[in-house]
Amino acid sequence: MSTQTEAGIAPVAVKPPRAGRGLMTDGRRRSPVAIVTMAFLAVLWTLPTVGLLVTSLRSRSAQADTGWWTALWNGGWTTENYRGVFENTTMGDSFVNSVIVAIPATIIPIMFAAFAAYAFTFMDFRGKDVLFIAIVAVMVVPIQVAFQPMLDLLGPRGLGVQGQFISVWLLHTGFGMPLAIYTLRNYMSTLPKTVIESAKIDGATHFQTFWKLIVPMSVPALAAFAILQFLWVWNDLLIAKLFLSDENKTVIVSLQGLLGTQGQGSEFLPAGAFISMVVPMIVFFTLQRYFVRGLTAGAVKG
Amino acid sequence: MSSTDVARDERVVDDGTAPGEPAPPARPAPPGGDEPTNPDRADLRKILIGLVGAAFVVWFAGNLFLAFSYHPDWFASSRILIGVLALIAGVGGAFLLFYFINMFVEGLPGRLSRGLMPYAFLLPGFGLIALMLIYPAIQTINYSFANSDSTGYVGFDNYSYIFGNTEFRESLLNNLLWLILVPAVTVVFGVIVAVLADKLSARGEKISKSLIFLPMAISFVGASTVWLLVYAYDIGSESPTGLLNAVWRALGGAPEAWLQVSSGRLNSMLMMVILVWLQVGFAMILLSSAIKGVPEDTIEAARIDGASELQIFGQVVIPQIKGTIITVFITVVILVLKVFDIVYVLTNGRDKTNVIANLFFNELFNNEQAGRASAIVVVLLVAVTPVLIYQVRHFRKEETGR
Repeated sequence: MSTQTEAGIAPVAVKPPRAGRGLMTDGRRRSPVAIVTMAFLAVLWTLPTVGLLVTSLRSRSAQADTGWWTALWNGGWTTENYRGVFENTTMGDSFVNSVIVAIPATIIPIMFAAFAAYAFTFMDFRGKDVLFIAIVAVMVVPIQVAFQPMLDLLGPRGLGVQGQFISVWLLHTGFGMPLAIYTLRNYMSTLPKTVIESAKIDGATHFQTFWKLIVPMSVPALAAFAILQFLWVWNDLLIAKLFLSDENKTVIVSLQGLLGTQGQGSEFLPAGAFISMVVPMIVFFTLQRYFVRGLTAGAVKG
Repeated sequence: MSSTDVARDERVVDDGTAPGEPAPPARPAPPGGDEPTNPDRADLRKILIGLVGAAFVVWFAGNLFLAFSYHPDWFASSRILIGVLALIAGVGGAFLLFYFINMFVEGLPGRLSRGLMPYAFLLPGFGLIALMLIYPAIQTINYSFANSDSTGYVGFDNYSYIFGNTEFRESLLNNLLWLILVPAVTVVFGVIVAVLADKLSARGEKISKSLIFLPMAISFVGASTVWLLVYAYDIGSESPTGLLNAVWRALGGAPEAWLQVSSGRLNSMLMMVILVWLQVGFAMILLSSAIKGVPEDTIEAARIDGASELQIFGQVVIPQIKGTIITVFITVVILVLKVFDIVYVLTNGRDKTNVIANLFFNELFNNEQAGRASAIVVVLLVAVTPVLIYQVRHFRKEETGR
């Protein structure tokens, strides 16, 4: 809250902004309360992650004896944990598995969803509203409902592919579908209808209009969904733990295994956690703009 | 595709009377699309090739994916090769599937073709949703009345078991606690951060938002590890290694094993902190764009009327961002109902911290009690139903307002 309000001053009387003391370059008044509070919150929000990073770079005894914030004067720095985590745990293998799981599970759903979103946006048909409402409803359904039936279908009683990558690709494709259709449809409905109309008059089929016009125009939304889906798949524990065998497990499942380690080997935990976080963080920092757009477009996921 | 496009560009609109499905291109074209036909007559070749093509794609892709699992040796047992092939087969297969489905429908007589095309576009996506969400939901309800390996019906036994189970009732209570605290706290923090960030310089806003937003990229398990270090308790060491214990000691307290302190549900609340930490960035992003969308003249008008900044915020800004606040709230509610990872990896429900989703996982995975696990999910499903109804209503209202 600002201490002085401009009560009673008509807009006409407001002096033109002058850059200088108390004002920012864009003419708004500097707010010390906002600066101090936000700085404090930003530090508070970052500190735990910094703690993990620093701890991951400290020797076993340093980790056990002193807090990470004393590392500046107590020392104990080492990169040994990162070597150790690859040599002594399954983290390295799991990292490869995570990449193998995440990339197809991110891209395949987009293909299916984009066509459905196109139909919902640019075609008229009976039951359109009901079907789309079904999508909205299904987004809220917890994915846990699917586990036992899918275990039957994919497990030894069914196809016998439980434990293999295919089961996870399939599940993520299915579970990602409602959000994908919803997000893409919301975006497509903002595209100018006239473009589609003129394509129609030129004799383009829906299939051609889709590929030649709508897909190129929808790239921001496709990217936004892809990032959301990638982070979701990469960070997932539940599906990976239930549907992947031990040799195919992802970094997150490996990290969860490390969390149970006591004594010898427990010093690898922070390094392992950091390795599991590196890829999402890179994705996050490089594609933040799209990520934000994806979040704003489709807020809920079941 | 490209040959079709060339043909398309040169084509004169000669049959402009039919604005719907036009005739196939006149010149070099993919199989089945090479002769101009009357769009109102069935094109048997297209129907046939489309049908056979679609069936073949499904058969081939299906078998290829099964082969990845059954015969990894065919692919040199290389995970990377399998991954790359899966990507190609998945994306290419999806493309070809739509291509052939489209051809099939285009081959049908005009009116039928136009009527069916939307459903053809929807079919694969909806097929996946039906297979992986709708069918399982129904089957799970069915299983909740069956025994531990779903081979015989046991009536309401599973329900009477879980509701008679103190652990389950405790979990319900904990979920309720999470539900009361986490969404509200997240929204409050989100609003505070969004409002304050709006008052910073452009650069300050960008940096502080990025830092608060960053946890969104971190997995629940990763976040749990991060906070495990904050809550760390070491009996042996003379100086605390956990940040919380260090602060607590500086304030004059004795070190605690925080995640074991169940009095006042402190341990549960410490885990809620993790979820709030993860979600405030999300709340901030949505609320921030809503706040920026509040028209300046409404705020200015209130100022002229002599309202204080706090009054302006409470009576002008908040009512205008109410919709976004509800969206954020609902999203976090849905998340909280299913909260699992954090509890599973940090306490696995010990010290009175259990929640429904963790109980479900343990029944399914460790105890192999499919019936009980299904009954627990059904309870979860019932719990999200009001949210679901709200979402649908909200969506309808928005659509009519479009």
